[in-house]
Amino acid sequence: MSGARLNVAKVRADFPILQQEVRGRPLVYLDSAASAQKPRAVIDAITNFYTHDNANVHRGVHFLSERSTVAFEAAREKVARFLHAKDSKEIVFVRGTTEAINLVAQTFGRKNIGPGDEVLITGLEHHANIVPWQMLCEQQGAKLKNIPVNADGDLALDRLDELLTPRTRILALTHVSNALGTVVPVKELIRRAHAKGIPVLVDGAQAVTHFPVDVVDLDCDFYAFSGHKLFGPMGIGVLYGKKERLEAMPPYQGGGDMILSVTMEKTLYNRVPYRFEAGTPDVAGAVGLGAAIDYLERVGMEAIAAHDRELLAYAEEVLGRVPGIRILGHGRERSGVVSFVMEDIHPHDIGTILDREGVAVRTGHHCAQPLMQCFGVAATVRASLALYNTREDVDALVQGLHKVREVFG
Amino acid sequence: MSSDLQDLYQEVVLDHGKRPRNFREVEGANARALGHNPLCGDQLTVTLKVEDGVIRDVGFQGQGCAISRASASLMTGAVKDRTREEAEQLFEQVHKLVTEGPAEVDTEALGKLAVLSGVSEFPARVKCASLAWHTLRAALRGEAESVSTE
Repeated sequence: MSGARLNVAKVRADFPILQQEVRGRPLVYLDSAASAQKPRAVIDAITNFYTHDNANVHRGVHFLSERSTVAFEAAREKVARFLHAKDSKEIVFVRGTTEAINLVAQTFGRKNIGPGDEVLITGLEHHANIVPWQMLCEQQGAKLKNIPVNADGDLALDRLDELLTPRTRILALTHVSNALGTVVPVKELIRRAHAKGIPVLVDGAQAVTHFPVDVVDLDCDFYAFSGHKLFGPMGIGVLYGKKERLEAMPPYQGGGDMILSVTMEKTLYNRVPYRFEAGTPDVAGAVGLGAAIDYLERVGMEAIAAHDRELLAYAEEVLGRVPGIRILGHGRERSGVVSFVMEDIHPHDIGTILDREGVAVRTGHHCAQPLMQCFGVAATVRASLALYNTREDVDALVQGLHKVREVFG
Repeated sequence: MSSDLQDLYQEVVLDHGKRPRNFREVEGANARALGHNPLCGDQLTVTLKVEDGVIRDVGFQGQGCAISRASASLMTGAVKDRTREEAEQLFEQVHKLVTEGPAEVDTEALGKLAVLSGVSEFPARVKCASLAWHTLRAALRGEAESVSTE
Protein backbone atom coordinates (compact mmCIF):
# COMPACT_ATOMS: atom_id res chain seq x y z
CA MET A 1 0.00 0.00 0.00
CA SER A 2 3.02 2.26 0.52
CA GLY A 3 2.91 5.42 -1.56
CA ALA A 4 -0.72 4.80 -2.47
CA ARG A 5 -3.77 6.47 -1.02
CA LEU A 6 -4.81 4.94 2.28
CA ASN A 7 -7.54 2.33 1.98
CA VAL A 8 -9.36 3.20 5.20
CA ALA A 9 -11.96 0.44 4.89
CA LYS A 10 -9.19 -2.14 4.66
CA VAL A 11 -7.33 -0.53 7.57
CA ARG A 12 -10.49 -0.53 9.72
CA ALA A 13 -10.96 -4.23 9.08
CA ASP A 14 -7.53 -4.78 10.66
CA PHE A 15 -8.70 -3.37 14.01
CA PRO A 16 -11.06 -5.81 15.78
CA ILE A 17 -12.07 -3.32 18.47
CA LEU A 18 -13.63 -1.00 15.89
CA GLN A 19 -16.10 -3.69 14.83
CA GLN A 20 -18.29 -3.25 17.90
CA GLU A 21 -21.13 -1.15 19.19
CA VAL A 22 -20.90 0.88 22.39
CA ARG A 23 -23.99 2.31 24.10
CA GLY A 24 -25.97 0.59 21.34
CA ARG A 25 -24.22 2.54 18.57
CA PRO A 26 -21.25 1.89 16.28
CA LEU A 27 -18.05 2.91 18.06
CA VAL A 28 -16.55 6.18 16.83
CA TYR A 29 -13.12 6.30 18.40
CA LEU A 30 -11.61 9.78 18.37
CA ASP A 31 -9.23 9.44 21.33
CA SER A 32 -6.15 7.92 19.73
CA ALA A 33 -3.90 10.68 21.06
CA ALA A 34 -4.57 9.23 24.53
CA SER A 35 -4.18 5.64 23.44
CA ALA A 36 -4.52 4.18 19.97
CA GLN A 37 -6.27 0.94 19.08
CA LYS A 38 -4.34 -2.17 18.11
CA PRO A 39 -4.41 -3.99 14.78
CA ARG A 40 -4.92 -7.76 14.72
CA ALA A 41 -1.24 -8.13 13.76
CA VAL A 42 -0.15 -6.66 17.11
CA ILE A 43 -2.61 -8.73 19.13
CA ASP A 44 -1.51 -11.87 17.30
CA ALA A 45 2.18 -11.08 17.81
CA ILE A 46 1.68 -10.84 21.57
CA THR A 47 -0.41 -14.02 21.66
CA ASN A 48 2.16 -15.79 19.53
CA PHE A 49 5.00 -14.70 21.80
CA TYR A 50 3.31 -16.02 24.93
CA THR A 51 2.16 -19.16 23.11
CA HIS A 52 5.50 -20.15 21.61
CA ASP A 53 8.49 -18.06 22.71
CA ASN A 54 8.02 -16.87 26.27
CA ALA A 55 11.21 -16.99 28.35
CA ASN A 56 13.56 -14.49 29.91
CA VAL A 57 16.07 -12.78 27.66
CA HIS A 58 19.85 -12.54 27.51
CA ARG A 59 20.45 -15.04 30.32
CA GLY A 60 19.14 -18.49 29.49
CA VAL A 61 21.09 -20.94 27.36
CA HIS A 62 17.97 -22.88 26.44
CA PHE A 63 15.95 -22.80 23.26
CA LEU A 64 13.09 -20.55 24.36
CA SER A 65 15.39 -18.00 25.96
CA GLU A 66 17.31 -17.84 22.74
CA ARG A 67 14.13 -17.33 20.73
CA SER A 68 12.82 -14.71 23.14
CA THR A 69 16.13 -12.84 22.96
CA VAL A 70 16.09 -12.93 19.18
CA ALA A 71 12.51 -11.57 19.13
CA PHE A 72 13.38 -8.80 21.59
CA GLU A 73 16.46 -7.69 19.68
CA ALA A 74 14.59 -7.92 16.38
CA ALA A 75 12.06 -5.46 17.81
CA ARG A 76 14.93 -3.13 18.68
CA GLU A 77 16.12 -3.33 15.08
CA LYS A 78 12.62 -2.48 13.84
CA VAL A 79 12.43 0.59 16.08
CA ALA A 80 15.85 1.72 14.86
CA ARG A 81 14.72 1.31 11.26
CA PHE A 82 11.46 3.14 11.97
CA LEU A 83 13.26 6.15 13.45
CA HIS A 84 16.07 5.90 10.86
CA ALA A 85 18.60 5.62 13.69
CA LYS A 86 22.15 4.71 12.72
CA ASP A 87 22.44 1.85 15.17
CA SER A 88 19.96 -0.29 17.12
CA LYS A 89 22.21 0.19 20.17
CA GLU A 90 20.80 3.71 20.28
CA ILE A 91 17.36 2.30 21.11
CA VAL A 92 16.52 1.85 24.80
CA PHE A 93 13.30 0.09 25.72
CA VAL A 94 11.44 1.82 28.53
CA ARG A 95 7.84 1.82 29.79
CA GLY A 96 6.81 4.87 27.80
CA THR A 97 7.54 8.48 26.93
CA THR A 98 7.27 9.54 30.56
CA GLU A 99 9.91 7.07 31.69
CA ALA A 100 12.15 8.02 28.78
CA ILE A 101 12.11 11.69 29.78
CA ASN A 102 12.62 10.86 33.45
CA LEU A 103 15.55 8.67 32.47
CA VAL A 104 17.26 11.51 30.63
CA ALA A 105 16.50 14.01 33.40
CA GLN A 106 17.89 11.74 36.11
CA THR A 107 20.98 10.57 34.25
CA PHE A 108 22.10 13.15 31.71
CA GLY A 109 20.47 15.86 33.82
CA ARG A 110 21.97 15.00 37.18
CA LYS A 111 25.39 14.62 35.62
CA ASN A 112 25.38 17.78 33.54
CA ILE A 113 23.03 20.27 35.18
CA GLY A 114 24.01 22.11 38.33
CA PRO A 115 23.15 25.15 40.44
CA GLY A 116 22.28 28.21 38.35
CA ASP A 117 22.00 26.20 35.12
CA GLU A 118 18.88 26.35 33.00
CA VAL A 119 16.57 23.81 31.38
CA LEU A 120 14.49 25.14 28.52
CA ILE A 121 11.14 23.60 27.63
CA THR A 122 8.11 25.09 25.81
CA GLY A 123 4.64 26.27 26.76
CA LEU A 124 3.21 23.43 24.65
CA GLU A 125 4.48 20.62 26.85
CA HIS A 126 2.30 18.11 28.60
CA HIS A 127 3.09 17.29 32.20
CA ALA A 128 5.47 14.43 31.33
CA ASN A 129 7.86 16.93 29.76
CA ILE A 130 7.48 19.50 32.53
CA VAL A 131 7.46 17.66 35.84
CA PRO A 132 10.65 15.56 35.39
CA TRP A 133 12.52 18.78 34.63
CA GLN A 134 10.94 20.59 37.57
CA MET A 135 12.05 17.73 39.80
CA LEU A 136 15.55 17.85 38.36
CA CYS A 137 15.78 21.62 38.76
CA GLU A 138 14.72 21.32 42.41
CA GLN A 139 17.28 18.60 43.03
CA GLN A 140 20.13 20.46 41.31
CA GLY A 141 19.28 24.08 42.06
CA ALA A 142 18.70 24.79 38.37
CA LYS A 143 16.07 26.95 36.74
CA LEU A 144 13.25 25.86 34.41
CA LYS A 145 12.37 28.27 31.59
CA ASN A 146 9.97 27.95 28.71
CA ILE A 147 9.40 29.24 25.20
CA PRO A 148 5.99 30.94 25.26
CA VAL A 149 3.07 30.03 23.01
CA ASN A 150 1.32 32.68 20.93
CA ALA A 151 -2.43 33.03 20.37
CA ASP A 152 -2.33 30.69 17.36
CA GLY A 153 -0.69 27.95 19.37
CA ASP A 154 2.72 28.37 17.74
CA LEU A 155 5.90 28.84 19.73
CA ALA A 156 7.18 32.41 19.94
CA LEU A 157 10.40 31.57 18.14
CA ASP A 158 11.52 35.18 18.07
CA ARG A 159 12.27 34.65 21.78
CA LEU A 160 14.42 31.57 21.21
CA ASP A 161 17.85 33.17 20.97
CA GLU A 162 17.29 35.18 24.11
CA LEU A 163 16.05 32.08 25.96
CA LEU A 164 18.96 29.88 24.87
CA THR A 165 21.53 31.36 27.23
CA PRO A 166 25.09 30.31 28.10
CA ARG A 167 23.53 28.57 31.14
CA THR A 168 21.07 26.46 29.12
CA ARG A 169 22.07 22.81 29.47
CA ILE A 170 19.24 21.12 27.53
CA LEU A 171 16.25 22.00 25.37
CA ALA A 172 13.36 19.53 25.83
CA LEU A 173 10.37 20.00 23.59
CA THR A 174 7.44 18.25 22.03
CA HIS A 175 7.35 17.43 18.33
CA VAL A 176 3.55 17.71 18.16
CA SER A 177 1.36 19.25 20.89
CA ASN A 178 -1.03 16.67 22.34
CA ALA A 179 -3.54 19.39 23.21
CA LEU A 180 -3.53 21.60 20.09
CA GLY A 181 -1.91 19.49 17.40
CA THR A 182 0.71 22.17 16.70
CA VAL A 183 3.66 20.69 14.83
CA VAL A 184 6.81 22.27 16.22
CA PRO A 185 9.58 22.98 13.69
CA VAL A 186 11.94 20.87 15.76
CA LYS A 187 14.61 20.61 13.09
CA GLU A 188 15.07 24.38 13.09
CA LEU A 189 15.06 24.56 16.89
CA ILE A 190 17.60 21.74 17.13
CA ARG A 191 19.86 23.54 14.66
CA ARG A 192 19.66 26.77 16.63
CA ALA A 193 20.24 25.00 19.97
CA HIS A 194 23.17 23.01 18.58
CA ALA A 195 24.73 26.22 17.27
CA LYS A 196 25.08 27.13 20.94
CA GLY A 197 26.22 23.64 21.96
CA ILE A 198 22.94 22.75 23.65
CA PRO A 199 21.59 19.18 23.35
CA VAL A 200 17.94 18.60 22.50
CA LEU A 201 15.38 16.03 23.65
CA VAL A 202 12.26 15.64 21.51
CA ASP A 203 9.03 14.19 22.92
CA GLY A 204 7.70 12.43 19.84
CA ALA A 205 4.72 10.64 21.38
CA GLN A 206 2.20 12.48 19.20
CA ALA A 207 4.41 12.71 16.11
CA VAL A 208 5.51 9.17 15.25
CA THR A 209 1.89 8.10 14.77
CA HIS A 210 1.19 10.68 12.07
CA PHE A 211 4.24 11.15 9.86
CA PRO A 212 7.70 9.69 9.20
CA VAL A 213 10.41 10.68 11.66
CA ASP A 214 14.13 10.60 10.91
CA VAL A 215 16.25 11.19 13.99
CA VAL A 216 19.45 11.53 11.97
CA ASP A 217 17.92 14.17 9.73
CA LEU A 218 16.51 16.00 12.78
CA ASP A 219 19.89 15.59 14.52
CA CYS A 220 18.15 15.39 17.92
CA ASP A 221 20.16 14.04 20.84
CA PHE A 222 17.20 12.18 22.35
CA TYR A 223 13.79 11.17 20.99
CA ALA A 224 11.04 9.56 23.10
CA PHE A 225 7.75 7.86 22.27
CA SER A 226 5.23 5.36 23.67
CA GLY A 227 4.17 2.07 22.14
CA HIS A 228 0.49 2.35 23.03
CA LYS A 229 0.04 5.54 21.01
CA LEU A 230 1.76 3.89 18.05
CA PHE A 231 -0.89 1.13 17.84
CA GLY A 232 1.30 -1.12 19.97
CA PRO A 233 0.92 -2.41 23.53
CA MET A 234 0.72 -0.36 26.71
CA GLY A 235 3.72 -0.33 29.04
CA ILE A 236 6.42 -0.26 26.37
CA GLY A 237 8.16 2.79 24.99
CA VAL A 238 11.38 3.95 23.44
CA LEU A 239 14.17 6.32 24.22
CA TYR A 240 16.42 6.99 21.25
CA GLY A 241 19.73 8.56 22.19
CA LYS A 242 22.79 9.34 20.13
CA LYS A 243 25.28 6.66 21.04
CA GLU A 244 27.89 9.07 22.37
CA ARG A 245 25.24 10.70 24.56
CA LEU A 246 24.02 7.39 25.99
CA GLU A 247 27.56 6.17 26.56
CA ALA A 248 28.41 9.29 28.56
CA MET A 249 25.37 8.86 30.84
CA PRO A 250 25.40 7.04 34.19
CA PRO A 251 22.90 4.21 34.75
CA TYR A 252 19.31 4.93 35.69
CA GLN A 253 18.02 1.99 37.72
CA GLY A 254 20.18 -0.82 39.14
CA GLY A 255 19.79 -4.56 38.71
CA GLY A 256 19.32 -7.21 36.05
CA ASP A 257 20.58 -6.63 32.57
CA MET A 258 22.32 -3.34 33.28
CA ILE A 259 25.17 -5.21 34.94
CA LEU A 260 28.32 -6.89 33.66
CA SER A 261 29.61 -8.07 37.02
CA VAL A 262 28.93 -7.41 40.67
CA THR A 263 31.08 -7.82 43.73
CA MET A 264 30.09 -6.54 47.14
CA GLU A 265 32.52 -3.68 46.54
CA LYS A 266 31.84 -2.68 42.97
CA THR A 267 29.57 -3.15 39.97
CA LEU A 268 30.66 -3.02 36.37
CA TYR A 269 27.86 -1.67 34.21
CA ASN A 270 26.80 -3.14 30.90
CA ARG A 271 27.19 -1.31 27.61
CA VAL A 272 24.38 0.73 26.06
CA PRO A 273 21.50 0.23 25.60
CA TYR A 274 21.40 -2.59 28.20
CA ARG A 275 22.85 -0.28 30.84
CA PHE A 276 19.48 1.46 30.91
CA GLU A 277 17.32 -1.67 30.88
CA ALA A 278 17.38 -2.86 34.47
CA GLY A 279 15.28 -5.88 35.37
CA THR A 280 13.33 -8.17 33.10
CA PRO A 281 12.11 -6.13 30.15
CA ASP A 282 8.61 -6.22 28.67
CA VAL A 283 9.61 -8.60 25.89
CA ALA A 284 6.06 -9.20 24.70
CA GLY A 285 5.53 -5.45 24.68
CA ALA A 286 8.62 -4.93 22.54
CA VAL A 287 7.54 -7.72 20.18
CA GLY A 288 4.07 -6.13 19.94
CA LEU A 289 5.63 -2.76 19.24
CA GLY A 290 7.76 -4.33 16.52
CA ALA A 291 4.60 -5.78 14.98
CA ALA A 292 2.93 -2.35 15.11
CA ILE A 293 5.89 -0.85 13.27
CA ASP A 294 5.76 -3.61 10.65
CA TYR A 295 2.06 -2.89 10.24
CA LEU A 296 2.53 0.88 9.86
CA GLU A 297 5.30 0.36 7.34
CA ARG A 298 3.07 -1.95 5.33
CA VAL A 299 0.35 0.72 5.28
CA GLY A 300 2.97 3.38 4.60
CA MET A 301 3.77 6.37 6.78
CA GLU A 302 3.50 8.77 3.83
CA ALA A 303 -0.02 7.52 3.09
CA ILE A 304 -0.89 7.85 6.78
CA ALA A 305 0.42 11.42 6.82
CA ALA A 306 -1.63 12.33 3.75
CA HIS A 307 -4.77 10.80 5.28
CA ASP A 308 -4.14 12.71 8.50
CA ARG A 309 -3.81 16.05 6.68
CA GLU A 310 -6.95 15.47 4.63
CA LEU A 311 -9.07 14.35 7.59
CA LEU A 312 -7.84 17.12 9.87
CA ALA A 313 -8.72 19.75 7.27
CA TYR A 314 -12.20 18.23 6.94
CA ALA A 315 -12.68 18.11 10.73
CA GLU A 316 -11.66 21.75 11.13
CA GLU A 317 -13.99 22.78 8.32
CA VAL A 318 -17.12 21.00 9.56
CA LEU A 319 -16.51 21.66 13.25
CA GLY A 320 -15.98 25.31 12.47
CA ARG A 321 -19.54 25.42 11.11
CA VAL A 322 -21.12 24.15 14.37
CA PRO A 323 -22.61 27.18 16.14
CA GLY A 324 -20.76 28.21 19.28
CA ILE A 325 -17.60 26.21 18.60
CA ARG A 326 -14.20 27.80 19.11
CA ILE A 327 -11.26 25.78 17.87
CA LEU A 328 -8.05 26.34 19.83
CA GLY A 329 -4.79 26.37 17.97
CA HIS A 330 -4.38 27.70 14.48
CA GLY A 331 -0.69 27.11 14.21
CA ARG A 332 1.19 27.11 10.91
CA GLU A 333 1.28 23.33 10.83
CA ARG A 334 -0.97 20.96 12.75
CA SER A 335 -1.42 17.24 13.02
CA GLY A 336 -3.86 14.72 14.36
CA VAL A 337 -5.82 16.78 16.86
CA VAL A 338 -8.71 19.25 16.92
CA SER A 339 -9.21 20.88 20.30
CA PHE A 340 -12.25 23.05 20.92
CA VAL A 341 -14.60 24.63 23.42
CA MET A 342 -18.30 25.28 22.96
CA GLU A 343 -19.85 28.45 24.36
CA ASP A 344 -20.33 28.04 28.11
CA ILE A 345 -20.91 24.28 27.99
CA HIS A 346 -18.24 22.48 29.94
CA PRO A 347 -16.18 19.90 28.02
CA HIS A 348 -17.04 17.18 30.54
CA ASP A 349 -20.75 17.61 29.83
CA ILE A 350 -20.01 17.50 26.10
CA GLY A 351 -17.95 14.35 26.55
CA THR A 352 -20.71 12.57 28.46
CA ILE A 353 -23.35 13.34 25.84
CA LEU A 354 -21.02 12.36 22.96
CA ASP A 355 -20.27 9.11 24.77
CA ARG A 356 -23.96 8.28 24.79
CA GLU A 357 -23.84 8.71 21.01
CA GLY A 358 -20.98 6.21 20.80
CA VAL A 359 -18.39 8.92 20.16
CA ALA A 360 -15.24 8.70 22.29
CA VAL A 361 -13.33 11.97 22.71
CA ARG A 362 -11.04 13.25 25.41
CA THR A 363 -12.25 16.09 27.59
CA GLY A 364 -10.13 17.85 30.17
CA HIS A 365 -6.79 19.58 30.34
CA HIS A 366 -4.93 16.80 28.49
CA CYS A 367 -2.20 16.88 31.12
CA ALA A 368 -1.18 20.26 29.74
CA GLN A 369 -2.50 22.63 32.39
CA PRO A 370 -0.03 25.46 31.76
CA LEU A 371 -1.10 25.48 28.11
CA MET A 372 -4.79 25.55 29.09
CA GLN A 373 -4.06 28.49 31.38
CA CYS A 374 -2.38 30.21 28.46
CA PHE A 375 -5.63 29.98 26.48
CA GLY A 376 -7.75 30.94 29.50
CA VAL A 377 -9.67 27.66 29.65
CA ALA A 378 -9.68 24.87 32.23
CA ALA A 379 -10.37 22.18 29.69
CA THR A 380 -11.18 21.47 26.05
CA VAL A 381 -12.83 18.77 23.99
CA ARG A 382 -10.18 17.01 21.97
CA ALA A 383 -10.95 14.88 18.95
CA SER A 384 -7.84 13.03 17.89
CA LEU A 385 -7.55 11.28 14.56
CA ALA A 386 -5.78 8.17 13.43
CA LEU A 387 -5.32 6.16 10.28
CA TYR A 388 -8.57 4.24 10.90
CA ASN A 389 -10.77 7.34 11.22
CA THR A 390 -13.09 8.46 8.44
CA ARG A 391 -15.12 11.48 7.43
CA GLU A 392 -18.13 9.57 8.77
CA ASP A 393 -16.49 9.52 12.22
CA VAL A 394 -16.11 13.28 12.07
CA ASP A 395 -19.73 13.64 10.91
CA ALA A 396 -20.85 11.54 13.91
CA LEU A 397 -18.96 13.93 16.17
CA VAL A 398 -20.71 16.90 14.60
CA GLN A 399 -24.12 15.19 14.99
CA GLY A 400 -23.28 14.55 18.64
CA LEU A 401 -22.44 18.21 19.15
CA HIS A 402 -25.86 19.16 17.82
CA LYS A 403 -27.30 16.82 20.50
CA VAL A 404 -25.25 18.67 23.09
CA ARG A 405 -26.83 21.93 21.98
CA GLU A 406 -30.29 20.35 22.26
CA VAL A 407 -29.66 19.23 25.86
CA PHE A 408 -28.25 22.58 26.93
CA GLY A 409 -30.75 24.59 24.97
CA MET B 1 -32.18 11.82 24.34
CA SER B 2 -31.56 8.52 26.15
CA SER B 3 -33.31 8.09 29.49
CA ASP B 4 -30.12 7.95 31.56
CA LEU B 5 -28.99 11.24 29.98
CA GLN B 6 -32.37 12.70 30.85
CA ASP B 7 -31.90 11.51 34.44
CA LEU B 8 -28.46 13.09 34.57
CA TYR B 9 -29.36 16.40 33.03
CA GLN B 10 -32.71 17.04 34.70
CA GLU B 11 -34.19 20.53 34.38
CA VAL B 12 -33.21 21.39 37.95
CA VAL B 13 -29.62 20.34 37.31
CA LEU B 14 -29.41 22.37 34.09
CA ASP B 15 -30.95 25.36 35.84
CA HIS B 16 -28.56 25.27 38.81
CA GLY B 17 -25.65 24.59 36.47
CA LYS B 18 -26.46 27.68 34.43
CA ARG B 19 -27.55 29.92 37.30
CA PRO B 20 -25.84 28.65 40.41
CA ARG B 21 -27.23 29.96 43.71
CA ASN B 22 -24.93 31.46 46.33
CA PHE B 23 -22.17 31.86 43.77
CA ARG B 24 -20.23 34.26 45.94
CA GLU B 25 -17.71 34.56 48.72
CA VAL B 26 -19.42 34.66 52.11
CA GLU B 27 -18.80 37.93 53.88
CA GLY B 28 -16.98 37.43 57.16
CA ALA B 29 -16.39 33.77 56.41
CA ASN B 30 -14.66 31.83 59.17
CA ALA B 31 -14.13 28.60 57.28
CA ARG B 32 -13.04 27.91 53.73
CA ALA B 33 -11.50 25.24 51.56
CA LEU B 34 -10.32 24.88 47.99
CA GLY B 35 -11.29 21.73 46.17
CA HIS B 36 -9.96 20.55 42.86
CA ASN B 37 -10.51 17.71 40.46
CA PRO B 38 -7.15 16.89 38.92
CA LEU B 39 -8.90 14.82 36.26
CA CYS B 40 -10.38 17.85 34.54
CA GLY B 41 -8.71 20.84 36.19
CA ASP B 42 -11.93 22.09 37.76
CA GLN B 43 -11.67 23.85 41.07
CA LEU B 44 -13.95 25.61 43.48
CA THR B 45 -13.76 27.40 46.78
CA VAL B 46 -16.36 26.96 49.50
CA THR B 47 -16.67 29.67 52.12
CA LEU B 48 -18.70 29.32 55.32
CA LYS B 49 -19.83 31.34 58.26
CA VAL B 50 -20.30 28.96 61.16
CA GLU B 51 -21.71 30.19 64.49
CA ASP B 52 -22.33 27.97 67.51
CA GLY B 53 -21.89 24.90 65.36
CA VAL B 54 -24.50 26.04 62.85
CA ILE B 55 -23.81 26.97 59.22
CA ARG B 56 -25.28 30.46 58.99
CA ASP B 57 -24.08 31.21 55.48
CA VAL B 58 -22.39 29.32 52.68
CA GLY B 59 -21.20 30.20 49.20
CA PHE B 60 -19.00 28.82 46.47
CA GLN B 61 -16.98 30.13 43.56
CA GLY B 62 -14.96 28.54 40.84
CA GLN B 63 -15.34 26.73 37.57
CA GLY B 64 -16.75 23.40 36.67
CA CYS B 65 -19.16 21.42 34.54
CA ALA B 66 -22.95 21.55 34.81
CA ILE B 67 -22.97 18.64 37.27
CA SER B 68 -20.37 20.09 39.63
CA ARG B 69 -21.90 23.57 39.57
CA ALA B 70 -25.41 22.22 40.12
CA SER B 71 -24.23 20.00 42.94
CA ALA B 72 -22.41 22.92 44.59
CA SER B 73 -25.39 25.22 44.13
CA LEU B 74 -27.84 22.69 45.57
CA MET B 75 -25.43 22.00 48.42
CA THR B 76 -25.38 25.64 49.49
CA GLY B 77 -29.18 25.61 49.72
CA ALA B 78 -29.26 22.31 51.57
CA VAL B 79 -26.72 22.94 54.31
CA LYS B 80 -27.64 26.48 55.24
CA ASP B 81 -28.90 26.67 58.84
CA ARG B 82 -27.89 23.10 59.49
CA THR B 83 -25.47 22.00 62.17
CA ARG B 84 -22.04 20.66 61.31
CA GLU B 85 -23.22 17.16 62.19
CA GLU B 86 -26.29 17.45 59.97
CA ALA B 87 -24.15 18.69 57.10
CA GLU B 88 -21.76 15.76 57.55
CA GLN B 89 -24.71 13.34 57.51
CA LEU B 90 -26.00 14.97 54.35
CA PHE B 91 -22.56 14.53 52.80
CA GLU B 92 -22.76 10.79 53.51
CA GLN B 93 -26.24 10.54 52.02
CA VAL B 94 -25.35 12.47 48.86
CA HIS B 95 -22.20 10.43 48.44
CA LYS B 96 -24.24 7.24 48.67
CA LEU B 97 -26.80 8.65 46.25
CA VAL B 98 -24.28 9.48 43.53
CA THR B 99 -22.22 6.33 43.94
CA GLU B 100 -24.83 3.66 44.69
CA GLY B 101 -28.06 5.11 43.34
CA PRO B 102 -31.42 6.30 44.68
CA ALA B 103 -32.51 2.89 45.95
CA GLU B 104 -29.85 3.04 48.66
CA VAL B 105 -30.93 6.31 50.30
CA ASP B 106 -34.01 8.06 51.60
CA THR B 107 -34.52 10.35 48.62
CA GLU B 108 -37.48 12.12 50.18
CA ALA B 109 -35.31 13.28 53.06
CA LEU B 110 -32.81 14.62 50.53
CA GLY B 111 -35.35 16.97 48.98
CA LYS B 112 -34.05 18.76 45.88
CA LEU B 113 -30.71 16.98 46.17
CA ALA B 114 -32.43 13.86 44.87
CA VAL B 115 -32.04 15.28 41.34
CA LEU B 116 -28.39 14.18 41.55
CA SER B 117 -29.51 10.54 41.51
CA GLY B 118 -28.84 10.22 37.76
CA VAL B 119 -25.11 10.59 38.42
CA SER B 120 -24.91 7.02 39.74
CA GLU B 121 -25.35 5.75 36.16
CA PHE B 122 -22.26 7.75 35.09
CA PRO B 123 -19.28 6.59 37.19
CA ALA B 124 -16.99 9.05 35.41
CA ARG B 125 -19.10 11.94 36.71
CA VAL B 126 -19.22 10.98 40.41
CA LYS B 127 -16.21 13.15 41.12
CA CYS B 128 -17.90 16.13 39.48
CA ALA B 129 -20.95 15.71 41.71
CA SER B 130 -19.00 15.16 44.92
CA LEU B 131 -16.32 17.85 44.55
CA ALA B 132 -18.32 20.57 46.33
CA TRP B 133 -19.26 18.18 49.13
CA HIS B 134 -15.69 17.06 49.77
CA THR B 135 -14.71 20.71 49.84
CA LEU B 136 -17.52 21.56 52.26
CA ARG B 137 -16.42 18.79 54.60
CA ALA B 138 -12.80 19.94 54.46
CA ALA B 139 -13.91 23.49 55.29
CA LEU B 140 -16.06 22.29 58.20
CA ARG B 141 -13.28 20.16 59.60
CA GLY B 142 -10.63 22.78 58.94
CA GLU B 143 -8.61 19.88 57.62
CA ALA B 144 -6.75 21.32 54.71
CA GLU B 145 -6.45 24.34 52.55
CA SER B 146 -6.97 22.18 49.51
CA VAL B 147 -8.77 18.91 48.87
CA SER B 148 -8.77 16.74 45.83
CA THR B 149 -11.20 14.24 44.39
CA GLU B 150 -8.28 11.92 43.60
